[in-house]
Amino acid sequence: MLLSISWRNVWRNKLRSLVMVIAITLGLCAGIFSTGFYLGMADQRIDKAIKTELSHIQVHQNNFRQAHDITKFIPKGDSLVREFNDMPLVAGASPRIVIFSMIASAENGYGVKIMGIEPKFERKTTNIYTKIVEGNYFEEKKKNPIILGDKLAEKLKVKLGSKVVLTLQDVDNNIISGAFRIVGIFNTVNTTFDESNVFVKYEDLIRLTNLPAGACHEIAISVKNDEDVNLVKDQIAKATGSLEVMTWKELSPEMSYLTEAMDIYMYIFIVIILLALLFGIINTMLMAVLDRIKELGMLMAIGMSRVRVFFMIMLETVFLSLTGGIAGVTLGYLISKYFETHKISLARWGNVYTSIGYDPYVYTSLDWTYIINTTILVFITGVIASIYPAYKALQNDPAQALRIE
Amino acid sequence: MSIIQIKNLTKIYDGKHVEVKAVNGINLSIEEGEFTAVVGPSGSGKTTLLNMLGGLDRPTSGEVIINNVNIWNLSPSKLIDFRLHNIGFVFQAYNLIPVLTAKENVEFTMELQGRPSKERFERTKSLLETVGLGDRLDSRPSRLSGGQQQRVAVARALAPKPKFILADEPTANLDSKSTEMLLDIMEKLNKEEKITFIFSTHDARVMKKAKRIITVEDGKVLKDELK
Repeated sequence: MLLSISWRNVWRNKLRSLVMVIAITLGLCAGIFSTGFYLGMADQRIDKAIKTELSHIQVHQNNFRQAHDITKFIPKGDSLVREFNDMPLVAGASPRIVIFSMIASAENGYGVKIMGIEPKFERKTTNIYTKIVEGNYFEEKKKNPIILGDKLAEKLKVKLGSKVVLTLQDVDNNIISGAFRIVGIFNTVNTTFDESNVFVKYEDLIRLTNLPAGACHEIAISVKNDEDVNLVKDQIAKATGSLEVMTWKELSPEMSYLTEAMDIYMYIFIVIILLALLFGIINTMLMAVLDRIKELGMLMAIGMSRVRVFFMIMLETVFLSLTGGIAGVTLGYLISKYFETHKISLARWGNVYTSIGYDPYVYTSLDWTYIINTTILVFITGVIASIYPAYKALQNDPAQALRIE
Repeated sequence: MSIIQIKNLTKIYDGKHVEVKAVNGINLSIEEGEFTAVVGPSGSGKTTLLNMLGGLDRPTSGEVIINNVNIWNLSPSKLIDFRLHNIGFVFQAYNLIPVLTAKENVEFTMELQGRPSKERFERTKSLLETVGLGDRLDSRPSRLSGGQQQRVAVARALAPKPKFILADEPTANLDSKSTEMLLDIMEKLNKEEKITFIFSTHDARVMKKAKRIITVEDGKVLKDELK
């Protein structure tokens, strides 16, 4: 009966309780939706980083990444690529020659990362081929084709069909240049990436640099299921012996911290919301207790123990909190669910987001653990909020309380 | 057989500038089956006396012994438990729990005692029928008249099978018809089931029904008459 009394007591003053319930609902709905929003943003960034920039795993010669020394290549990289492509958990493996050097047009010149790729393999490891906005992805048989980002093309003042010159050092430390024809322009929505990366054919770059046949600086690998990344890494490490094998998290620790940090930030955000609501709940329950001093005195007079009175007030507070809490997380979840398939446009601030690698839109992303954990936090908030009102209820002297008119 | 003994009971309130002796060295004993009215003008100390008797207001000095237990030697939690099992209360303002139905109000103290649900239900039904409200089990207090609410309060007071019932001005807020009905029920319960009733009252109709009248004035027993 205590549960029944407590629940009914919550609704004795419907307006007061409803105001509090709505406040809790709106607060938590905002919290849950924000969580879905920011997690979606983080997930998109990571997804983009993997699919466009990093792939799941990269293999290098030891110390290559520190100095990008052209002589630190993987000999017979082509046979390793074939071996990796045969692994059942691997979606694709692609060899790359990687050189940091200069690109110049008639107007301007900039430092870029030049990647010599085999398009048929590269299609299985990155999605750059889907980001072509003008031209094609090495589909035409042209001499020395190159694809570059639209932002770089703007800076160089070049367009589709224009000629650009790549100046670089070969494996014998000679400075050499090669003229390349733009066959494709891409836009990955990551401004920094688009300004600093160009792609040429592996065969063209290996000829220019005098690297041995089959050599490469980097092998990029994508896996079929994200959960298998570490397993595949171990398999590749066994197959390659002394080469450096790293997952995307190891290549870009800040990317892996993104999800962990976002988790913590969102829980802090929810806790802040609950802290604010805590005082509202305490206020509402204090009013409810002070309205019932006589009744509480009567309950103790007829034999209700102080423990039961305390527990009754606690239950009322928890019921009030959970009513708003469950409504809030449900509403927040439903709204997040909707925006999982309907994008939220951030076009107004598009430049800001793309300059740091984010999309100018968000699809929310939320899983069940947030709903459950937030509901538990609401319960804890209710329990904490009940302490002072319940304590005030126990300060009643039954004899004094019963004298109240 | 004496169920209540009051020995030299005193209650002094510390006012701002003066001490007030609300009850001043009262000695009494109450037998089982009594139908006793404590009467006196406002401020005579009768409510304070009943509150000390019921374990609600701690005396400044003296003893209240109920069934050989000095109730004011009990710890606060044991005293609440003692009240639950030994004393029934009927208040002037009915004081029913507004969110509970008549049935649930009567069951409430039995649930606090931990009685099984079948026993609670049967006793509740029987008590509400005894007070003439067998057809209003599921009505909330807001749907009952003052007289009906006070009858539910009597049923609630009887439900835990207490040693005696303390009724503080139970008829003060009732019309004459409801008062008569209530007093008839209480008298019947007293005669047939030997339930002890102790009233504090101004009401002449209660005094008329009472078998013993204790007159209190200035905190002292002025008269103690058996009819």
